[in-house]
Amino acid sequence: METVEQIRDRLLARFPGATVEVRSNPSPSGQHSLLLGAATAREIAQFLRDDPALRLDQCSNVTGVDWPEKEVVETTKTTVPDPAGGPAKVVEQKSRRLEPGCLEVVYHLYSIALRHGPLVLRLRTGNRTDQVTLPSLTPVWRACEFQEREVFDLFGVRFEGHPDLRRILMWDGFQDHPMRRDYVEPDDYEWEPTPHGAVLAKAKRHYPAPAPAAKP
Amino acid sequence: MLGTGLLQGLAVTAKNLVGSFHDPARLPTLEYPEVQPQLPEAYRNFPFLVSESAEDPMGTLRCVACQICEKECPPQCIYIEKSKDKKPDAAGKQQIFPAVFVIDTSVCMSCQICVEVCPFESIKMDQVFAIATTERFGSLLLTREQLAKPNSYYHQIHPTEAAEVDRRLAADRQAAEDKAKAAAAAKSAAPTPPAKPATGGPAA
Amino acid sequence: MSAPDSSFLAPPAGSQVRAVHDEFHGDLLEVSMGPHHPSTHGVFRMIVTLDGETIVKLKPVFGYLHRNHEKLGENTSYLASMPYTDRLDYLNSMTNNWAYALAVERLAGLAVPARAEYLRVILAELTRLLNHSCLAGFLLQDCGCSGTPLMYAFREREKILDLFESLSGSRMMCNFQRFGGCRVDPSADWLAGVQQLTDGYGAFLDEFEALLTGNEIFMARTQGVGRLAAPLAISAGVTGPVLRASGVAHDLRKVDGYGAYPQFDFRVPLGDHGDTYDRYMVRILEMRESIQILRQALARLPDGPIMDPKAKLRGFRPKAGEAYGRIEGPKGEIGFYLISDGSPNPYRYRVRPPSFINLTILEDLCLGHTVADAVIILGSVDIVLGEVDR
Repeated sequence: METVEQIRDRLLARFPGATVEVRSNPSPSGQHSLLLGAATAREIAQFLRDDPALRLDQCSNVTGVDWPEKEVVETTKTTVPDPAGGPAKVVEQKSRRLEPGCLEVVYHLYSIALRHGPLVLRLRTGNRTDQVTLPSLTPVWRACEFQEREVFDLFGVRFEGHPDLRRILMWDGFQDHPMRRDYVEPDDYEWEPTPHGAVLAKAKRHYPAPAPAAKP
Repeated sequence: MLGTGLLQGLAVTAKNLVGSFHDPARLPTLEYPEVQPQLPEAYRNFPFLVSESAEDPMGTLRCVACQICEKECPPQCIYIEKSKDKKPDAAGKQQIFPAVFVIDTSVCMSCQICVEVCPFESIKMDQVFAIATTERFGSLLLTREQLAKPNSYYHQIHPTEAAEVDRRLAADRQAAEDKAKAAAAAKSAAPTPPAKPATGGPAA
Repeated sequence: MSAPDSSFLAPPAGSQVRAVHDEFHGDLLEVSMGPHHPSTHGVFRMIVTLDGETIVKLKPVFGYLHRNHEKLGENTSYLASMPYTDRLDYLNSMTNNWAYALAVERLAGLAVPARAEYLRVILAELTRLLNHSCLAGFLLQDCGCSGTPLMYAFREREKILDLFESLSGSRMMCNFQRFGGCRVDPSADWLAGVQQLTDGYGAFLDEFEALLTGNEIFMARTQGVGRLAAPLAISAGVTGPVLRASGVAHDLRKVDGYGAYPQFDFRVPLGDHGDTYDRYMVRILEMRESIQILRQALARLPDGPIMDPKAKLRGFRPKAGEAYGRIEGPKGEIGFYLISDGSPNPYRYRVRPPSFINLTILEDLCLGHTVADAVIILGSVDIVLGEVDR
């Protein structure tokens, strides 16, 4: 198979104006990925499936990844020449910025016809609250049907163009998205009185020690 | 011919029916509990704590309450509290010991990761599988008194593994003794510092 | 709420009982099959819309066994997830372990010694034997052949489970593979036991086939039922024997050549029609190939260590990165996708469950067939709910 960079260059030539970035993977697996812009994602997916050199006809795995907002502290060092003519001073400046969070959907594509792969595609939502819509790739690969429903259910990504976007593993009336990093589990299940830190704390919260009986 | 497949199949069931009366390969079931199963040596159930002697199990626990198993346990069924004081272990070294060691067997899933991560060979897998109790919570929560079983019991249920563990522990102990001796020899061979001549040096 | 209208139970005055059917004529009936029904192989539910007895719509409902396996995996260390993978597809814990170990080995760059690779192949093929035997038994149970083939299959499965127990200590929850190798080195006795089982399994398969393969009733019930066309199978991500029964030559043991598989000589059985009978037959033929692989692996099992010396049991922290590892499990492609951020726990831990994705085409297979056929079709797709719901 071509390298990710070659595929990116071909995609950019074929779809001018599309966003296609290479995200490199430092692990020994060497599975680098392509980050696609949401606007042209479905056209690109269709192209990847039909292109005679790639023919990525199998979408093996679809999953979500939650990247919450995080505070990044950056230290910049600047060398300030001493106006008095002495040795130059190094001034450290710390800046804090909030890296915006997003929800990411990852697709692993393989070719059964040409026996190669994987090509990893990534799509990102604008944020984690109100801009969570991404194009569905179910029209391109049927394999995405249940897996995108699962990503919708557990992460809360809305797939536009999905034929039947409902919850799949959680029940219909369920509110939250359990695979998000900031998910707080409901405190309503049965506890067992075992002396473990978290369970014991929960048990104490539910069943506070009885107040000492008032003296007559 | 239509029906030959059916007749062939009936011949197979007839063979198995007759075979189940005389061929043990065709009737592998046991009349439990009258006939007890032969457990393989590797069989594992719930963990137990190894103690050196059967007479004083609490005094000779190998566990030093390092809490590695508590951290690594996948379903988090182990709870340990370290002791405040120390007591000598089998090699005579002062060690802390578990003041509380509880395993919740209603949560334990017998994966034996605690055994693998234990650096002191102090927690091993038991083979007792008939563990019905009359109460759901308290009886399945095993305390260190219930968990402690002597090394001889370990030899009884996992003979090969226990022999290897004993060999390894003996080798470690020997190596530690040799090292201590070598250190002592190096200390005595070194010239005594001249600052303290009056004390007469260390006792031989 | 008004009282339920039960007037249809009594035949209208002056008419035949047939009038009851007239009242429903042309109407669709919605039936909820499952979740507590033995034919659904666990707690699986299908909402089936029927026209007479013909299925016009089928919606699978999942999640009754959902325990958020992936969240558990993200909250424990890499090693502590290993016993949880046993519980995904609880018939095939050895292959689940292998798939997870493979993904972690790719992530951390660990190499597996030759003996461990051979052991993994032996255990994976034993797992395939037991899974496919059970599947044939369950399929026949679904056809209404109550008990007999299933008991024969379980009798053979028990022999394999005994081998697993004497090696790993547990019959089904083996927890055997480790990152960079295997946990226990088997004794010569154990290998002799595998050899004995391998030599005897062909005779069992002959007997099993004499019982089933040529059986006219079984053929009438399964041939032409639940046809799956190859293009749909590929697009829907169907893998494993279900895909191969549709005539697509795709076996990861050949395609990816992971582990020691390139060193073995075996064939990939393919179906022609993609119907239920082909899915049964492909599995029987695969078992015969598994016996061939086992023979070769036992004959050529190399000596040596079974663990990568670089592998660490305690304090295992792979460097930041991600990896996807997949193997050919008995039910299809089982894969694990891991993202590491350098901490002891995976940042993202994802299971690619073959039986879940194979269910995508369940509705397409069942349309136009009767309810009784839906049960057989589900049986031939081969699902385990522990893996579907995770």
